[in-house]
Amino acid sequence: MRNTLAIFSRELAAYFATPLAYVFIVIFLVLAGVLTFFLGNFFERGQADLQAFFTFHPWLYLVLVPALSMRLWAEERKSGTIELFLTLPIRLREAVVAKFLAAWCFAGIALALTFPFWVTVNFLGDPDNGVILASYLASWLMAGAILALGAAVSAATKNQVIAFVVTAALAFVLIVAGTSTVLGLFRGWAPEAVIRAVAGASIFGHYSAVTRGVIAFADLFYFASLIVGFLAANAILVDLKKAD
Amino acid sequence: MLEVRNLVKHFGPIAAVDDVSFAVPKGEVLGFLGPNGAGKSTTMKMIAGFLAPSAGTAVICGHDILARPLAAKRAIGYLPEGAPAYPDMSPAEFLGFIARIRGFSGREARRRIDRIVERIHLGEVMNQPIETLSKGYRRRVGVAQALLHDPPVVILDEPTDGLDPNQKYEMRRIIAEMAPDKAIIISTHLLDEVEAVCSRAIIIARGRILVDGTPAELRQRSRHHNAVRLEVPIGSEARIRAELEKLPGVAAVEAVDDGEGRALLVFTHASRYLAGEIAELARTQSWKLTTLRVERGRLDDVFRAVTGAAPELAPP
Repeated sequence: MRNTLAIFSRELAAYFATPLAYVFIVIFLVLAGVLTFFLGNFFERGQADLQAFFTFHPWLYLVLVPALSMRLWAEERKSGTIELFLTLPIRLREAVVAKFLAAWCFAGIALALTFPFWVTVNFLGDPDNGVILASYLASWLMAGAILALGAAVSAATKNQVIAFVVTAALAFVLIVAGTSTVLGLFRGWAPEAVIRAVAGASIFGHYSAVTRGVIAFADLFYFASLIVGFLAANAILVDLKKAD
Repeated sequence: MLEVRNLVKHFGPIAAVDDVSFAVPKGEVLGFLGPNGAGKSTTMKMIAGFLAPSAGTAVICGHDILARPLAAKRAIGYLPEGAPAYPDMSPAEFLGFIARIRGFSGREARRRIDRIVERIHLGEVMNQPIETLSKGYRRRVGVAQALLHDPPVVILDEPTDGLDPNQKYEMRRIIAEMAPDKAIIISTHLLDEVEAVCSRAIIIARGRILVDGTPAELRQRSRHHNAVRLEVPIGSEARIRAELEKLPGVAAVEAVDDGEGRALLVFTHASRYLAGEIAELARTQSWKLTTLRVERGRLDDVFRAVTGAAPELAPP
């Protein structure tokens, strides 16, 4: 626990030690605003909710979240600090969890800084704040799942650009699997069970379900198992590839 | 304190480390010598618990690095090759992080950091990002990190690489100072470093231990051991050389012109001590010698001979 906390603090501080944190937060907020107000027709919809805001989060995260996860292990391997790090008296799982939590916490900070949107809808009307809270939770869980995926990919390469691209590609597959376009490709020839399995494996379906305001155990379990599964893969990959 | 048992590491078909065993008791500074790619760093990585050995293990203060990695790692201070450190952090932040991981907090952490910083002279760069530091300072940050918790076993991979002569001297002083109550392994390319700080040396090549002994024992294996150096007037060189070659026990006489000047080097059979006989000969023949000196032997001879770069080696 003490080790996890020490590594967590170092990793979180590392985001803020470079311009990465500030660039990320600014771009995240600007893009979120642009998507909500221009593409999402926030005002034209005439409804006091944040649906226009949350609809675009999967696509926003597709581009931005891999930028947070790409450095987690690739940077340590590239600079050789992984040898120092893993010869300290820490357990590998502490290291994996602490790094993930730092990135997830950072994503949470960026997400929390979108509070002006929430203030705005509350000023303009009388939104269902329960739904908004559930949506924030869904968004953060989705960020966590993509971060865990990205952390595992980052452990498999020394090159941060490769980590970014591969994570974005895999996240894209995970997200679009549940969209109606992709499911439409299966409809008509694939058995219903296959369609349900594809939709069930997709981030998009579970994310949409929670953003409607229904926090179901199945959806929480889905995100939790994605995170735990990717972190386990992360630990195995670190162990396999650390010395390359 | 440290025991390495039959360590083996294969990378694919290549045996990078092939059945390496040795023990380092308290008070010993073991110099790890070998050409590049000999397996020095790989061996150190396995002892420090970074690489899993293909076979064998290392036991640190009674803790097997494979069975009890945390306890073993607590007892080790390790400077990896190239002295890696987080480039965005300052030495103060970096050592603070290491102190936390090593279980020190508050006043105790500050006390330990202050002490090591003073000993290694890091004070003036404590708040600069590590990426802006010179190679020498970076290396010192790495050493500070390794010594912060005052470990009983210290493993330093090339601790003086990239340091200037003053810094090298300083680093050797630090190593010598802590030697009495620790078991220390350092790897190096520098043979004078072995002479300066090590109480024992191991030469390793192609993953195997070739020589294991004190620097003096190693020197005895050099063909220069007990060779006699004579500086003579140039005009009489040929005559003196002919006389020396007739002396029983002399294996060869070579004229050399090295950094110290022109001289005759008399090599003896089986490194026998012949200085007395040569001095006697010089007196009876009234040679005008300016120098007569017995060589102790050269580590670089031994190094080159055992690692395959030079064929000749006096029998041990």
